[in-house]
Amino acid sequence: MYDSGKVIIGLVIFVAIATFPFWFGMGKAAPMPEPVIMTKGQKCVESKDYMRASHMYLLNVWRDQALRDGNRVYENKRGEKVTISLQNTCMKCHSNKEKFCDRCHDYAEVKPYCWDCHFVPKESKQWN
Amino acid sequence: MELKRRDFLKIVGGSALIGGSAISALVEEAGIAHASPHEEHGHSAEEDHGHGHIEEASGIRWAMVVDMRKCSEQEGCRDCINACHYVHNVPNFPDPKEEVKWIWKDEYHHVFTDISTLDPYVPEHIKRHPFLVLCNHCDNPPCVRVCPTKATFKRPDGIVAMDYHRCIGCRFCMAACPYGSRSFNWRDPRLGLKGRELNYEFPTRMRGVVEKCNFCVERLAQGKIPACVEACKHGALTFGNLADPNSEVRALLRENYALRRKPQLGTKPSVFYIIA
Ligand code: SF4
Ligand code: SF4
Repeated sequence: MYDSGKVIIGLVIFVAIATFPFWFGMGKAAPMPEPVIMTKGQKCVESKDYMRASHMYLLNVWRDQALRDGNRVYENKRGEKVTISLQNTCMKCHSNKEKFCDRCHDYAEVKPYCWDCHFVPKESKQWN
Repeated sequence: MELKRRDFLKIVGGSALIGGSAISALVEEAGIAHASPHEEHGHSAEEDHGHGHIEEASGIRWAMVVDMRKCSEQEGCRDCINACHYVHNVPNFPDPKEEVKWIWKDEYHHVFTDISTLDPYVPEHIKRHPFLVLCNHCDNPPCVRVCPTKATFKRPDGIVAMDYHRCIGCRFCMAACPYGSRSFNWRDPRLGLKGRELNYEFPTRMRGVVEKCNFCVERLAQGKIPACVEACKHGALTFGNLADPNSEVRALLRENYALRRKPQLGTKPSVFYIIA
């Protein structure tokens, strides 16, 4: 065999480069996302814990209620009535989508297609 | 794992190719839609009594009356179209193949095909003016019948609505609608909104869904009238409840002779035209 030494060195280098991302990140986790809520002094439609765990469920129920049943009013656990609308209720408060929604969604690798249609004024500047 | 809309489409596309069942369903449904004039008698026995089931669930049956006597006086006026297309962020693609429209003007002989072919004696001045057309929110909508996902559906108040979350873009509904009232988003609709003023209260659509006039359900929910009706300064458009004998639309229909488009198809449109 010719140049077996060189071949082996080459293979070692190749394996080292190919597996770099794995051993480089060993023992370290990606930093926890830190979503920022910009609006102050306002309460979300439900409690923080509930929204954290179940906002996706709530939004799913909302979209069917508003669109299919034509019922655009939601009564929350505090007995308050809220207009059902992602764009006009949720996004009016959480106007900083990039720092609020996106931080967690990016971290969790969840890509909701809500934003393909619903938009927030700030983000829409990028495509309009 | 969550199935994305687009992945779902791929699977549906694949299975449609294999089974061919979807295509035969389309042919069948289209056949029914177009065959209805010949079946009129069969139909009329059970359901053909105009807006017979008006009082259905809600006691409301939304309808529109277009008074062409007033509309045709305003040549080139596009107030209603502009208002609608702004309020709903309807994209603007000039190429007719990609065009998206909710309300627009069309020539007489496209709008009233049956009458113009049957009656050559329609006065010229009536044929000359473009007619305002939109989704007719049919009582018996073929678009709803063929939609495999129930993305398009009829509400208890008679509005034929779209749930864009569910539309898979198969365009069966476009094939079924005898009025060409539906548009398909071939391109990302946001490309057609570049540089335009947007309505931040209403979403856009995404590529690959069908869209059309929704009789402003989102405004009706707030107690407003449709944007086109509000925008028409000349009083050519009237919106109201057909189920209420005292409504403005009923008064107009009582006092004037009004036409509906393609009545022989049995779709029973809820848009009425006062011609003269
Ligand atoms: S006009 Fe066309 S799209 Fe509108 S309800 Fe009738 S069939 Fe459906
Ligand atoms: S294109 Fe969308 S609305 Fe039309 S029939 Fe297909 S799924 Fe239904």
